[in-house]
Amino acid sequence: MSINLTLLIVMGVLYACGIYLILERSLTRVLLGLMLLANATNLLILSTGGYAGLAPLFDKETASTQYNDPLPQALILTSIVISFAVTAFMLGIIYRTWALARQDEIQDDLEDRRVARTPSFDAEDDAIVPLETSEFVVTASTPEERLHPEATETPKTASSREGGSA
Amino acid sequence: MNLANLSPLAVLLPILGAALAFVLIRHTAAQRVVSIVILSATLLLECLLLASVWEGGTTSVTLGGWLPPWGVVLVVDQFSSLMLVVSTVVSLAVLIYATGQGMADGDQEAPVSIFHPTYLILVAGVSNAFLTGDLFNLYVGFEILLTASYVLMTLGGTGPRIRAGVTYVVVSVVSSVLFLIAIAMIYGATGTITMADLAIKLAELDQGTQNLLHVMLLVAFGIKAAVFPLSFWLPDSYPTAPAPVTAVFAGLLTKVGVYAMVRTETLLFPGDTLNVPLMVVALLTMVVGILGALAQSDIKRLLSFTLVSHIGYMVFGLAMSSITGLGAAVFYVAHHITVQTSLFLVTGLIERRGGSSSIDRLGGLAKLSPLLALLFFVPAMNLAGIPPFSGFLGKLGLLQAGVQLGTPLAIVLVVGGVVTSLLTLLAIARVWNRAFWRKPEDAEYPDPVLQTPGNVGVLPRTMVGSTAGLVVFGVALTVFAGPLFHLADGSAEIMLDRTAYIHSVLGDSAQVPSVGQSGAAR
Repeated sequence: MSINLTLLIVMGVLYACGIYLILERSLTRVLLGLMLLANATNLLILSTGGYAGLAPLFDKETASTQYNDPLPQALILTSIVISFAVTAFMLGIIYRTWALARQDEIQDDLEDRRVARTPSFDAEDDAIVPLETSEFVVTASTPEERLHPEATETPKTASSREGGSA
Repeated sequence: MNLANLSPLAVLLPILGAALAFVLIRHTAAQRVVSIVILSATLLLECLLLASVWEGGTTSVTLGGWLPPWGVVLVVDQFSSLMLVVSTVVSLAVLIYATGQGMADGDQEAPVSIFHPTYLILVAGVSNAFLTGDLFNLYVGFEILLTASYVLMTLGGTGPRIRAGVTYVVVSVVSSVLFLIAIAMIYGATGTITMADLAIKLAELDQGTQNLLHVMLLVAFGIKAAVFPLSFWLPDSYPTAPAPVTAVFAGLLTKVGVYAMVRTETLLFPGDTLNVPLMVVALLTMVVGILGALAQSDIKRLLSFTLVSHIGYMVFGLAMSSITGLGAAVFYVAHHITVQTSLFLVTGLIERRGGSSSIDRLGGLAKLSPLLALLFFVPAMNLAGIPPFSGFLGKLGLLQAGVQLGTPLAIVLVVGGVVTSLLTLLAIARVWNRAFWRKPEDAEYPDPVLQTPGNVGVLPRTMVGSTAGLVVFGVALTVFAGPLFHLADGSAEIMLDRTAYIHSVLGDSAQVPSVGQSGAAR
């Protein structure tokens, strides 16, 4: 299987330009990049068909090895039609973006930006931590108090004395 | 006559219906009747296909009189027919929901008569992708459903939708170009694009070439399936579309990508050469996806992140390439299509009743609308994998398969799967606590609708009915989990064996190459 060098170089250049263009922020350039990528891929499919040959129209006198492989051409036709539809749709979207925002650039996702700015502290979940989780009224609420009731009493009495003296 | 010969109708009927709906573009009522009747007929046909495949095994249909390996073949096996039935049940429910929404809104929000034809084309593309036995035809199926989805995504052409649509279209086109490059290279290397023929001829290539082609296909399908490093586009673009559209996208489109990955892994490149990278990617998808979900305050975005996260479970099952693992993954796909779609439909209802889909604005919905609360609670618990729902059974199957495999990486994934399941419960519980449980006054910015007494924002019966139907279908998957798991395991066994698939396409004389186990996953 021989490969056409010109075709190969053209394909490589198309891929390079296509990838460069889809990395742009301008929508029209992105579209042009997608078109270049699609056409480069069509060339790739064409070169997988192998050697150049006669048009694949059946003729009894021609040996089967002289024909070109028809299948890649059928594939290319299909992919041209598909990229045509996508290009038309993208043009519609670009026009709509222009009509709505008066600019030809990809816009940021506002909700995404908002979530990214959200602090890790959540006002509702983190601010008020309820100390008493049970609905039943217990006199000694923590295990320590239950074990040593006299230990917890001392600071209380101390504070009440302070309060009394004041 | 074999019933499987009718399988092209699963693609043709929706396309004909789309044409008819397009002709009736000025008659909305007739359009609705046509789409619902056509989709019901398709569903009936696909149920018959499933029954016939269950009895008679894998069958293939040659199209256009070109014999394989030259012509396009459609192959009906247990996996593809199961996917067809589940996807059409979901599409039918969403269509009825959308019709209800259209009727109630007087076609304000989900406008334009273009919805019905485009929707049917989308269904045709999905069916085509599930049925085809030809790699290029798979590309065409993808393009049919993607082009339809571009239109549905930007329906109405409002600012946010156009913005989200641009990202979606560009990413999808790039993934399609990658897929096409892979097809071209595969054709250059083997000279065929019929999948059954490829299964034989790809095995003859040297290992380096095989790996290159394998990775290219997986990357292209990974973008469509939203597997972790390639999933950035999904939570950005899905939430802005109209509720029924998001629901059907979430249910079906990523699963078509997963389906294509399953076919690549089982039919084209069997063996375990890429199992370790796939497992790592599955773990990252699960964990990163669910961590993203925890940060969100918009229910639609939160659900989009759980969608990404749960794709990881399917990739995990696929990466084990054992019958139990793959069977559990098949079961999980069927479960997840149903549950994720019903959750998005319920979110549409929440938005309608509560005026918003942000959990900072919602509150008290459980008291306002107990039915809505029930409709949210059942699929939400199902998604989080609470026993006895099908989500639990699917995850249990995956975890069992992981423990059975027993490699350190598989055990890490089992732990990751459990953690993801718990974090899903946390994310879902957050929605439940805020939107349903607390009083509307406690919300940060309560929506005025919530505090207005009386029947404000009543839910149309069709929308509630179709959502309830889908929730019941999800519960039915739980009730009939036994037979379904049996079917899933059977389909996994057939897919891993490959003989039935290859013989049904190329005739019984075809030699099936043996699967080389490199032992890389050990």
